[in-house]
Amino acid sequence: MVGIVGYGAYIPRYRIKVDQIAGVWGADVQSYRKGLLVEEKSVPAPDQDTITMAVEASKRAIKRAGIDPREIGAVYVGSESHPYAVKPSGTVLAEAIGACPEVHTADLEFACKAGTEGMYLAMSLVKAGEIKYGLAVGADTSQGAPGDPLEYTTAAGAAAFIFGHDKILAEVVETYSYTTDTPDFWRREYQYYPRHGGRFTGDPAYFKHIIGAGRGIMAKAAIKPEDIKYVIFHQPNGKFPLRVGELLGFKKEQIEPGLLVTYLGNTYSGSSPLGLTATFDIAKPGDLILIVSFGSGAGSDAFLFRMTERIEEVKDLAPKTRETLEGPKVYVDYGTYAKFRKKIRKANE
Amino acid sequence: MPTPARYWREIPQRYRLEAGRCRRCGFIAFPPRLICPGCRSREFEIIKLAEEGRVISYTIIRVPPHQFVDQAPYAVGIVELDDGVKLMGQIVDCPFEELRTGLRVRIEFRKIMEEGEAGIIYYGYKFVPA
Amino acid sequence: MRDVAIIGVGMMKWGELWEKSLRTIFVETALAAIDDAGIDHLDAMYIGCMSSGLFVGQEHLGSLLADYLGQKPIPAARVESACASGGLALRQGFIDVASGMNDFVLVGGIEKMTDLNANEVTYALGTAADQEYEGYHGITFPGLYALIARAHMEKYGTTREQLAMVAVKNHDNGALNPLAQYPFKITVEAVLNSPLVADPLRVLDCSPITDGAAAVILAPVEVAKKLNKPIVKIIGSGHATDSIALAHREDITWLEAVYQSARKALAMAGKKIEDIDVFEVHDCFTIAEICIIEALGLVEKGKGGQAVEAGLTRIDGPFPVNPSGGLKAKGHPVGATGVAQAVEIVKQLRGEAGRRQVKGARLGLTQNMGGTGGSSVVHIFAAE
Repeated sequence: MVGIVGYGAYIPRYRIKVDQIAGVWGADVQSYRKGLLVEEKSVPAPDQDTITMAVEASKRAIKRAGIDPREIGAVYVGSESHPYAVKPSGTVLAEAIGACPEVHTADLEFACKAGTEGMYLAMSLVKAGEIKYGLAVGADTSQGAPGDPLEYTTAAGAAAFIFGHDKILAEVVETYSYTTDTPDFWRREYQYYPRHGGRFTGDPAYFKHIIGAGRGIMAKAAIKPEDIKYVIFHQPNGKFPLRVGELLGFKKEQIEPGLLVTYLGNTYSGSSPLGLTATFDIAKPGDLILIVSFGSGAGSDAFLFRMTERIEEVKDLAPKTRETLEGPKVYVDYGTYAKFRKKIRKANE
Repeated sequence: MPTPARYWREIPQRYRLEAGRCRRCGFIAFPPRLICPGCRSREFEIIKLAEEGRVISYTIIRVPPHQFVDQAPYAVGIVELDDGVKLMGQIVDCPFEELRTGLRVRIEFRKIMEEGEAGIIYYGYKFVPA
Repeated sequence: MRDVAIIGVGMMKWGELWEKSLRTIFVETALAAIDDAGIDHLDAMYIGCMSSGLFVGQEHLGSLLADYLGQKPIPAARVESACASGGLALRQGFIDVASGMNDFVLVGGIEKMTDLNANEVTYALGTAADQEYEGYHGITFPGLYALIARAHMEKYGTTREQLAMVAVKNHDNGALNPLAQYPFKITVEAVLNSPLVADPLRVLDCSPITDGAAAVILAPVEVAKKLNKPIVKIIGSGHATDSIALAHREDITWLEAVYQSARKALAMAGKKIEDIDVFEVHDCFTIAEICIIEALGLVEKGKGGQAVEAGLTRIDGPFPVNPSGGLKAKGHPVGATGVAQAVEIVKQLRGEAGRRQVKGARLGLTQNMGGTGGSSVVHIFAAE
């Protein structure tokens, strides 16, 4: 048996409301609030990046797992905002948690699904018997160009999962991946902000891949939506996951516990993984939980988990995701946000 | 620009707060030392420092050294960790008006500074309200 | 050991000396000291300088300055102990003459600071702190003293106004010193309204960035007597170290190195602190002077602020501190400060201090400090 033995979430304390962003660009704030179902988003402090958030989320996962970090045989960081173009994020993470040097480490990138990619690899290595524990993190400090619709949702956060054989809190029942070459969103080398295909990111990208993976995994596992307690989809806004859930036959109540985007924004590689951590926080032993990620380019990874008794023992050992989201937060105005995100260029000496 | 060696060799302390505890008198040296300043013993074991503590004193740096110009103003404090070790670091995620001595804080992993636009990124510990 | 006298002193106007280079500032000051001593050659030189490498990109100062002073091939060495470099150079010169190795020894102090901008100066001074565990986190010297100040205020009830009174008193004195960088008076209100540098310390709590030098000539007392010059003897010298990392101190409000260096110097001189008539101490920040008078034993622990408020440290008070204006008003070219303190005490003991003369001063003390008290050098001087 293979499954998750520890999980952790990290969300920065700073927030910006969409009103602030709309106000600066003269946009109709109601169309964003109602159209995207997003009220505010997290903002990384100037001293936070994918690596620092990955470290904090991982420390929380280790706390829940109660394992010796030296037994972690693989560390994967999935992100589209690795601080270095060349030089791994994973080495900093592995060193910071004390997993070095007997550890395999890699950085992954696949737009918003790099987090679940790492989960797939960590799980597979544990399943193959190559490693005792594997750590996978989805983390991003995603950036949207000033004034671009993406700017209303691009947020920061990290979710970490440790896979193992023993002391499992969520057993992996089934996995399924669905991938095609679909250029709906991209960022070329040396470009600061990504580009996207506008409405092309919808039906041929997000919906096609999530529905493909969602139907695929349910068929493979021979289950129906009503067998599943909770489902988490990639959440670039509040509307898409509700709509795709409806198309797949899920009810709002199954989706809502893991739907964080309205007050978090889109944390890219951390998006559906953070939704999964929030769902674990409230799940009961025996619950079936489905997560379907989506990454532009494009592909979806789906995991079906069954919760074990252990979830009750570990959920309180680290901060819960919704508490972190609602916890002490500091609102910034657009000027501060622009400074934090280096949208203002200073003439340094 | 210095070579990365100077940063790299301090990683166990900056990332994981590894300290040396004197096997004879129990003195905790952070950073680790080769000889105990108390009992002159040369035998230490590696331990990890406590992750929480309280602020002993603090200030807000408004005229920073040139590498920290983009961060100013920022708070720096001396914190006494729960194992009695005192160390200096920035206090972040805390509005200046909420800073006070005695404030409970915990360690978080943060970016300390960047060596210009193209140099390496320095990471390490900072303090946030517990 | 031979008895050692100071037979000549030299100091020029301090400030932002845009037109003068490090070597020019040093040589004109050293020549003034040589002329004051009335000698025609030197046997050796010691130069206190904290960071010519960072400030002007020049190391190897001993040889450079011996050459430009027209003294090569005499032995010349630079001495460094952060802001206590000058005081330590004096101690090295004292040991040299006392040992019998050399007769005429010039001790100079120099810093040329204004070739860098403020943030770079802040960095250079910051190298006196623990670079890997203090500087790494963005602390500055005003910041370190601010940590001490806050702790002192909370522990002993020292007030923000008492801190300001140190600066006001030193500017009152500095206004009487024509060589001071800022020879004018200031008010408590001006200090309290000056911009914050590192809370709770403000601009007018801080010593300034200064170009300047100071020099003294040492000789054995027996040799000095033949020169028919006023003689001031160095009768005590003490030097002590402490952790340079402030966090490693048991009590950050207490300057143990100052206490230890004073204790040693007084023991050597066979004097008690209450015997001393005039003091020049290291008021790099207002809080520093308060902590120093406590560590010297002039007042009890925690009573420094009250002592300043009560006027005990004024020129006409029971223990006059920093009649020169101190680092605050006179300026603080870091490596020069320790030597300039000796220059002031010699002037005081010779009765040549003009309007800032401490009446009847026969015994003087200098205290020069590196970092936040990671090093301290104390000297005791006696009028012959």
